[in-house]
Amino acid sequence: MHQIEPLIFEKSSPGRRCFTLPACDVPEKPITHLLPEKMIRKHAVKLPEVSEIDVVRHFTRLSQKNFCIDTNFYPLGSCTMKYNPKINEDTARLDGFTKLHPYQPVDQCQGILELLFDLEQLLVTISGMYAFTLQPAAGAHGELTGMLIIRAYLEKHGEKRRKIIIPDSAHGTNPASAALCGYEVESIQSNRDGLIDLKRLKSAVTKDTAALMITNPNTLGLFERDILDICKIVHDAGGLVYCDGANMNALLGIARPGDMGIDILHLNMHKTFSTPHGGGGPGAGPIGVTEKLKPFLPVPRIEMAEQSLKEGMNNTKHDKSATKTYVLNYQHPDSIGSVRAFYGHIGIMVRAYTYLLSLGKEGVCKVGEFSILNANYLRHKLIKYYDIPYGKTCMHEFVISAKKQREKGASALDIAKRLLDYGFHAPTIYFPLIVEEALMVEPTESESMETLNAFADAMIQIATDIEQRPEAIRNTPQTTPIGRPDEVKAAREPKLKWEKQ
Amino acid sequence: MVLKLRLLIKFFSLIVLLFIVSIFTLLTSKLFDGLLFIEKKSIMDYVPNTEGDKEKMLHEMGISSFEPLLEGIPKTLRNFSLKLPQGLSEPQVLKSLKYLSEKNTNTNQCISFLGAGAYEHYIPSLIDHLTFRSEFYTCYTPYQPEVSQGTLQAIYEFQSLMCELTSMDVANASMYDGSTAFAEAALLSIRLKEKNKIICSRATHPEYRHVLRTYLKGMGTEILEIDTPDGITDMNQLEGAIDDNTAAVLIQSPNFFGCIEDMEAISQIAHRHDTLFIACVNPISLGILKPPGEYDADIAVGEAQVLGNYLNYGGPYLGFFTVKKEFLRKMPGRIAGETVDHHGTRCFVLTLQAREQHIRREKATSNICTNQALLALRACIYLCTLGKKGLAELSRLNVQKSHYTYERLCTLDIFEPAFKQPFFNEFTIKSKSTLSIRKVNEHLIKKGIIGGLELSEYYPDLANSMLLCVTETKTKESIDQLIAELTSL
Repeated sequence: MHQIEPLIFEKSSPGRRCFTLPACDVPEKPITHLLPEKMIRKHAVKLPEVSEIDVVRHFTRLSQKNFCIDTNFYPLGSCTMKYNPKINEDTARLDGFTKLHPYQPVDQCQGILELLFDLEQLLVTISGMYAFTLQPAAGAHGELTGMLIIRAYLEKHGEKRRKIIIPDSAHGTNPASAALCGYEVESIQSNRDGLIDLKRLKSAVTKDTAALMITNPNTLGLFERDILDICKIVHDAGGLVYCDGANMNALLGIARPGDMGIDILHLNMHKTFSTPHGGGGPGAGPIGVTEKLKPFLPVPRIEMAEQSLKEGMNNTKHDKSATKTYVLNYQHPDSIGSVRAFYGHIGIMVRAYTYLLSLGKEGVCKVGEFSILNANYLRHKLIKYYDIPYGKTCMHEFVISAKKQREKGASALDIAKRLLDYGFHAPTIYFPLIVEEALMVEPTESESMETLNAFADAMIQIATDIEQRPEAIRNTPQTTPIGRPDEVKAAREPKLKWEKQ
Repeated sequence: MVLKLRLLIKFFSLIVLLFIVSIFTLLTSKLFDGLLFIEKKSIMDYVPNTEGDKEKMLHEMGISSFEPLLEGIPKTLRNFSLKLPQGLSEPQVLKSLKYLSEKNTNTNQCISFLGAGAYEHYIPSLIDHLTFRSEFYTCYTPYQPEVSQGTLQAIYEFQSLMCELTSMDVANASMYDGSTAFAEAALLSIRLKEKNKIICSRATHPEYRHVLRTYLKGMGTEILEIDTPDGITDMNQLEGAIDDNTAAVLIQSPNFFGCIEDMEAISQIAHRHDTLFIACVNPISLGILKPPGEYDADIAVGEAQVLGNYLNYGGPYLGFFTVKKEFLRKMPGRIAGETVDHHGTRCFVLTLQAREQHIRREKATSNICTNQALLALRACIYLCTLGKKGLAELSRLNVQKSHYTYERLCTLDIFEPAFKQPFFNEFTIKSKSTLSIRKVNEHLIKKGIIGGLELSEYYPDLANSMLLCVTETKTKESIDQLIAELTSL
C-alpha cells in the first residue's frame, strides 16, 4: 500500500501487448483507398505498451491506496456514505440491462421501461411529490433541470422573474446552478438557530423572486421548523420553492417534502438510495415536481401506453400486467427539452430499484429512524469535547466547530488528517461556511453502535491530545500511503498530464 | 408395599413425563420464537443496530424513546402512511430483477447495427474485474488525497491518455456524457469570447443539439444551425453565418450521418473570423483519424462510452473535455494534478479548485460536482489494455468492416448511399425502391437482426434512410447474414 506505484506510462516497453483483437475476417483494402490521406493520423497514439499482468497489478495496487466504505467508516457530512449493497451490483450487471442499446425498438425494452416507470412511482410515494423524471445525471444536474423548469413555468405565465434566494448555509452547487440558468443569486443570512430567518425571508421575497432554493434538513443537520410558513411566504409572492434533497436520508419514512409545500425536489441516488459513489460518480439526481409543473419535465417521459391500459381494464380476466406496455413520449410541448442524451443513468436506477425492493416499507422507514438515531448518539458522545454550535438535537448529521481546538493550535483540517491515522475517513470540513472550523459528521443508518463508539473514542482522544500537544496532531497523517500534499505547488505549477522526459 | 412402589413409580414417571413435556413446550416455544425472529428479519434493511442497541443508545442519551429527537418537525407533517410494498429477501429480489431484465432483448441475443451515439464494442474481461474492486467503486470523491491516491492517480492517467488521444493540452476528470460536454464547451466559449451566438452543424447528433438548446436557454444565446446538403457542413453557408457576435463553431466528426467532416478547413474558417473552433469526436476514431489538436481545435469534447463502457440503455456514459492550455483556468469540472507530499514523494491532488462551485459558488465555471469517475477509470484501463498497437488495429478493423458492409449493401438493388463522403464505422443508406425502411427493419427484427436507425424521425427531409454502425463486434458471418436477409426481401 505504501510502495510508490509508477505511472502506467513509466511501465511501458515497446512491443508489449495486453489484449489481442480477432484478425480481420472481411476482405481488407488498403486504408488509403477507404479514407483520404489528409484525414489520417500521422503518428500512432502513444498509448502505454504493457502486458496483462502489468495492467492488473497496476490498477490493483492503485485500488489498495484508497479508503472506501467497504474498508473504512466514512462520516462525511452531506455525502451520505452508506453501505452499498452487493446484490445491487449483481442486478445492475445483468446482460438484459447492460447490453441494451438506447435506440432499440421499445418492444424490446419493456423490462427496463417497466422498472424505470415503477421506480418513478416509488420515488413519488416516498417523497410525496406528484411526478418524477429520472434523467438528471447528478444532484447538480437535477438542480439545473429544476431551475430550467422554474424558468419555463414562470415564462408560460408571462412572468420574467430574475432572482433566486438561497440561504448562506447552502451547498455551492445551488448558487452555481441558479447562475448557470441565468438567474441572479440573493443570499440570505440564517438566524441564530441556524435556520431560515422568517423576517429576513419576508423582506427578501419580492415580485422578482423566481424561487427560494432550500435544503431540508439543512446543512447544519437541522429541520427547518418553519418550513410550512417558509413555503407560504414564497408562494404568496408568486414564487416557487426548490428543495435540495441531498439530506433526504433523514426524511425517509419521517416526513415528505411534497407535504411541506416544496414544488421541486432533487434526490441523490448515490446518497439516499445506496448506489455507490464510484470515487466521484456516476451518481444520479432525479427530480420530483408538483402537478402544475409536470408538463415542464424533460422529455422523453416514460409512459404506459393508453390504449393498452384500456385493453387491460376491459380484459379483467387476464393479468393486467401482461398487457401493460411502456413507451417513450417526446410529445410534451411545454417540456424544457432534453438535459442529456438518451434517458438517464440507467445502471444507477437498477441499483436504486433493487435497494427499494429489498427495503420495502419497513426498511425505508428504518433508514430515516436509524440515521437520525446514529447521528444524535454520536452528537451526544462528542458534545462534551467539541463545540456543536447549532441545535440541541439533530437530524441525520451535525456540525462541530473546532474553534476551541484551533485556539489550542490544531485546526479542523488537522483533526480531519489525524482521523485518517485511526482508520476513519475525515468528516466534511470547512462546510457549511457559516460555521467556523467546521467538521460535518454524518454517520448514516448502516453503521453499528460499536463503530460509532470507536469513532467517538478517536475523536475524544484527538481532543485530549490537542489539549496536551497540538503539534503532534498538526504533523499527521503518519500512517497513510502519502503525507500531506503540497496543494499550493499543484495549483501554482499545474502539471496535469504525464509527459515523456 | 409392591403397590406402593408401583404407585411411586407411576407418580415419578408422571413427573418425568410432565417435565419432558414442559421442556419440550419450552423448547418449541423457543424454536417458534426463533422462527418468528427469522421471519421478522427476512427483510434486508442494511441496518446493523437492533432494537436492543437502539434502547441502549437512547438510554445513554437520557431519553426513553425516539420521538423527542423529531421535535423540530411540525406534527402535521408526521401524519402520513407510506404506501410501499413489503420488503423482499435477496433471492426474491434477484428473481424479480432477472424477470425484468429478461423481458428485454439484449445485444447478445441479436445482431445489432445500431450506433448513433451509443456503440457496441468488445469489453476486455479485466476491465470488469478491476473496476468491480470495491476500493474503486465504494470510495468518495478524492477530497482527502492521503487516502485517495488510487483514484487520483487513475484520474491523472485518464487525463494524460485523453490528451494523448486528442493531441490537446489539458483534459478534465470527466463530464456527464457527450451531450453535456458539448453544451459545456459552448458555455466555455461564451465565457471566453464574451459573445452570445453559437454556430453548429445540422449533422451534429440531434440529442446533442437538443441538450445545447436546453442548456443555453437561460443565457438567451442564439444558436444557428448550418445545413448539410451532401452529408457534411456547407462551408459557404458557414462562412457567411459567422458574425462579430459569434463565440464558437461546433462541429461533430464523424457527424451523425457517419460522414467525416473536413475539420482542417472548418477550423481555418472559424479562426479567420476570430471565433473558437470546438470539435466533437469519437475517441475510437482517433486511432486512425487526425486528432483535434492537429487541426488546431480550441476545445475538443465527445462521448467516451466507447472506451470500455457498457451500452446500459443510454447511461451512465462518459463525457470527455479537453482544451488548449490557455483556457485551463476557465475550464469546467474537476482536474487532478501532480505535486509532492512533505517527504517530497510524488503524489496527486484535485487542483485548480478555485474554478469550482464549492469555492466560487455562483461565479464558478460550471455547477458540476459529481461526475463520472468510475467510467473514466474504465476508459483509462481500456486504453492501457488496448495499448499503442491495439487501438490502431481496433480503429482499422472498424473501418474495414463498415466499408465491407457498405459495399455489400450498395450492390443490392434496393439501396443506394445517401451521401458520398468518407466515413469511419457508421454510414447512411437510402432505400431506392418503394420498400420503406420501417418494413426493412420489421423484417430484420423477425430474423434476429436490428437494422440501422431510421432517420426520418430526426430529419424529415431524409425519408427512407437509415444509419448503420459496424464495429469490430460484427463478424463477416453476421454481416453476410444481414445481406442475405435483405437480398431475400
